[in-house]
Amino acid sequence: MSLTTEQVKARNQELIKEVLEVYPEKTAKRRAKHLNVFEEGKTDCNVKSNIKSIPGVMTIRGCAYAGSKGVVWGPIKDMIHISHGPVGCGQYSWAARRNYYIGTTGVDTFVTMQFTSDFQEKDIVFGGDKKLEKIMDEIQDLFPLNKGITVQSECPIGLIGDDIEAVSKKKSKEFGGKTIVPVRCEGFRGVSQSLGHHIANDTVRDWVFDKSDDKHPEFEGTPYDVAIIGDYNIGGDAWASRILLEEMGLRVIAQWSGDGSIAELENTPKAKLNVLHCYRSMNYISRHMEEKYGIPWVEYNFFGPSKIEASLREIAGHFDDKIKEGAERVIAKYKPLMQAVIDKYKPRLEGKTVMLFVGGLRPRHVIGAYEDLGMQVVGTGYEFGHNDDYQRTTHYVKDGTLIYDDVTGYEFEKFVEKIQPDLVGSGIKEKYVFQKMGVPFRQMHSWDYSGPYHGYDGFAIFARDMDMAINNPIWGLTKTPWKM
Amino acid sequence: MTQSSNNVLDHFNLFREPEYIEMFENKKKNFEFPHPEDKIEEVREWTKTWEYREKNFNREALTVNPAKACQPLGAVFVAVGFEGTMPFVHGSQGCVAYYRSHLSRHFKEPSSCVSSSMTEDAAVFGGLNNMIDGLANTYSMYKPKMIAVSTTCMAEVIGDDLNGFITNARNKGSVPEDYPVPYAHTPAFVGSHITGYDNALKGILSNFWEGKERTANGKINFIGGFDGYTVGNLREVKRMFDLMGVEYTILADNSEVFDTPADGEFRMYDGGTTLEDTAAAFNAKGTISMQQYCTEKTLAYVAEKGQEVAAFNHPVGVAATDKFLMEVSRITGKAIPAELAKERGRLVDAIADSSAHIHGKKFAIYGDPDLCLGLAGFLMELGAEPVHVLSTNGGNDWLKKMDELFASSPFGKGCHAYAGKDLWHMRSLLFTEPVDFLIGNTYGKYLERDTGTPLIRIGFPVFDRHHHHRYPVWGYQGGMNVLVTILDKIFDEMDKNTNIPAKSDYSYDIIR
Repeated sequence: MSLTTEQVKARNQELIKEVLEVYPEKTAKRRAKHLNVFEEGKTDCNVKSNIKSIPGVMTIRGCAYAGSKGVVWGPIKDMIHISHGPVGCGQYSWAARRNYYIGTTGVDTFVTMQFTSDFQEKDIVFGGDKKLEKIMDEIQDLFPLNKGITVQSECPIGLIGDDIEAVSKKKSKEFGGKTIVPVRCEGFRGVSQSLGHHIANDTVRDWVFDKSDDKHPEFEGTPYDVAIIGDYNIGGDAWASRILLEEMGLRVIAQWSGDGSIAELENTPKAKLNVLHCYRSMNYISRHMEEKYGIPWVEYNFFGPSKIEASLREIAGHFDDKIKEGAERVIAKYKPLMQAVIDKYKPRLEGKTVMLFVGGLRPRHVIGAYEDLGMQVVGTGYEFGHNDDYQRTTHYVKDGTLIYDDVTGYEFEKFVEKIQPDLVGSGIKEKYVFQKMGVPFRQMHSWDYSGPYHGYDGFAIFARDMDMAINNPIWGLTKTPWKM
Repeated sequence: MTQSSNNVLDHFNLFREPEYIEMFENKKKNFEFPHPEDKIEEVREWTKTWEYREKNFNREALTVNPAKACQPLGAVFVAVGFEGTMPFVHGSQGCVAYYRSHLSRHFKEPSSCVSSSMTEDAAVFGGLNNMIDGLANTYSMYKPKMIAVSTTCMAEVIGDDLNGFITNARNKGSVPEDYPVPYAHTPAFVGSHITGYDNALKGILSNFWEGKERTANGKINFIGGFDGYTVGNLREVKRMFDLMGVEYTILADNSEVFDTPADGEFRMYDGGTTLEDTAAAFNAKGTISMQQYCTEKTLAYVAEKGQEVAAFNHPVGVAATDKFLMEVSRITGKAIPAELAKERGRLVDAIADSSAHIHGKKFAIYGDPDLCLGLAGFLMELGAEPVHVLSTNGGNDWLKKMDELFASSPFGKGCHAYAGKDLWHMRSLLFTEPVDFLIGNTYGKYLERDTGTPLIRIGFPVFDRHHHHRYPVWGYQGGMNVLVTILDKIFDEMDKNTNIPAKSDYSYDIIR
């Protein structure tokens, strides 16, 4: 693209105007506030966020249940998470997020299973509390090695007035103090997944931290204990991160929540520092641990060597020289690998443009990784970001970047059609739309069944995957030759 | 460090490297406070026992790994089968994100659908405004020819009145006065996705048919039901009907929208039963449903309107296809052409060629009730035994039908059907009464891993194998595809079990 920044800005402004024309007046007014062109030097992207999606527009967002069961709680591997309500929610989210873990599924770990109360009409009419009690009995009976239970509420629970807290307390007592966590993450609460993250964080505070005395007094702390917060181990992300922290001399005492266990959650208040990757979904519990236990937290970014290097130094800055030296040692160790990856892929990707629309931290966090490969992100937006996400985004995006919050199917399609980026990074619902249009695509929630993308090991995979998407020979064949 | 730019290791191999294995061991030992290895092993063994099976089958409240989804998924599946139609699901928005993802993961295709995005205020005051704004937005943005409304459980629990809401929205100008907005109540806490299919289809038909005068003609209507092979199957059915010279209307024909080309254009809508044909289908002589349990209410409605109706149970194989074609021939008066007879002969020939490898093999099957009936029938035709047949969304009526099917063949002896059970029940069945092969959808891979029973993927959803939905399983050619799918797995297993040099490889035959 040979447009100047000013031309890009003008084009993007024009594009925003154009997409708004399709809407009824009231909707156009509301959507206008979510779309903007970033102006360098501003401390915000100047879009409204975290407000209700408009009916009928084809939002990409999910719900609070997805945020709690699907994101925060689901990956805790040695607990059983009951999708409480009708069968669908648990079915559609069953094993779909690729939260890798190690364990004997169905015996001591349960992540890729779908436990549901499969509500029937009579449960709606008469209430589901009795059924929930029985379910917990049956879980104890058939899965005796489970280390706890969570109740992930689906929409009807909050509407029919069930008292899942009472059931959970009663059963916990009956099972000798077993951790049983009622989660009020009904899908109609809030405006997106985001409230589900918050609710789930709060339940860790109320039902794990506050309920238990020290369950592991034999646990011996060290001055170098950290917890990884907000890494769901998609395709092994948390593992590729943990290995670096350990290599620099830190001791990772917990993973939240990818490949995590209840014992790790319980011991986290003993950490010296919480390192936070997905700010959006787990800043709440990080702030709580800071206030209550005095544990500082630091945000980091393990996408791409530039950001990894900066993050390793920042994390090390919270510790003594031994760790600082460790960070430098790790950076030096991986430098040749990173250089080799860049040497191999940058010539193939230099100057390519990317448009993103993802959740959590990725609409900003992955920008550095693309830039390491010589690519440029020309449009980005959050499914369920808040204002603080858009503020943080200003540190990443370039002047003139198109910003779209809670983008609708229509807007995204039009934006891509006009801007013609070399790559779109978004989710499964968007993937095939853009591939039909002949635009290379990578799913940036599930890593398109690849990964890990975090850490140095992950960056090599990230670079390979972006190359294979963009330089796939099939994109040269989408146009029928005799019609050209 | 084993990662390299020349040979990039991803999750398959990276985590098997020694530094990661050591890391996993330390994590477990130092931080997970795990159960002792021998305890895990003891429980693992215990779950394989008859004692565990009995406990498992005594479950009354808990469902583990069910093989069914909820009603609105079926409603969305139906809606996209009509020309230019946008499915509109009234209720919470997260549900729609789930249906779209689920369908896209199976078909590897876009799946368009909107939600009325109801939140807490709508839970208190009802979702009328969401309906009014939602219909107006969908109509302006996506310019559908029809908007087909269904509901999530949220809207059903609070009791939103779809008919009243849609009328209200019309009056407010959300959509034009005469614009089609069929609707169906599709509560997730009743039935399953096949119930939603039924309700939605009935809703659409009645939208076009109510208050009309019927003049019967010689055409027939065809309904596929909820079907993961809809793309291949509907095309095959059309081909067979065309060969016969049958005049037909495929209702809810989503075979195009779930198989659009990558040619630079995204088609939000493609193909589908035209609205004109949908209205005209009222005058057809009869309606044939390929899946009885997907169309119970729809067929009753059609029959009530004076049409002859016929329902099949997902026919697969020679005899089932014979029955289907003969019924089509009877209703339409069109003869079955020689070409189809030839295809029949080819399928019989293929079965004869391969039967030695299938005869007497024991199978477990799970899936939607009609699919189970169809596959079990075919297996018995091949001389195989469908020992365990399980349908989470099958009821007592289905159970009875399964028992009749078993009784109809010597290969059904000792076979059992399980209605309302889930895949954790199936796990116990496979451990206590092992079979040679398992037929089911993608989730069956967990059973394959745990029990060692090789999985043949036939069903919905299939997420981890690509493009099989493009091939039919109906008709003689569809039967051929099923046969080959089963045979491929049998031969692969045979080779896998005979490939140890100097131990078992005497049977590693080049000709089978």
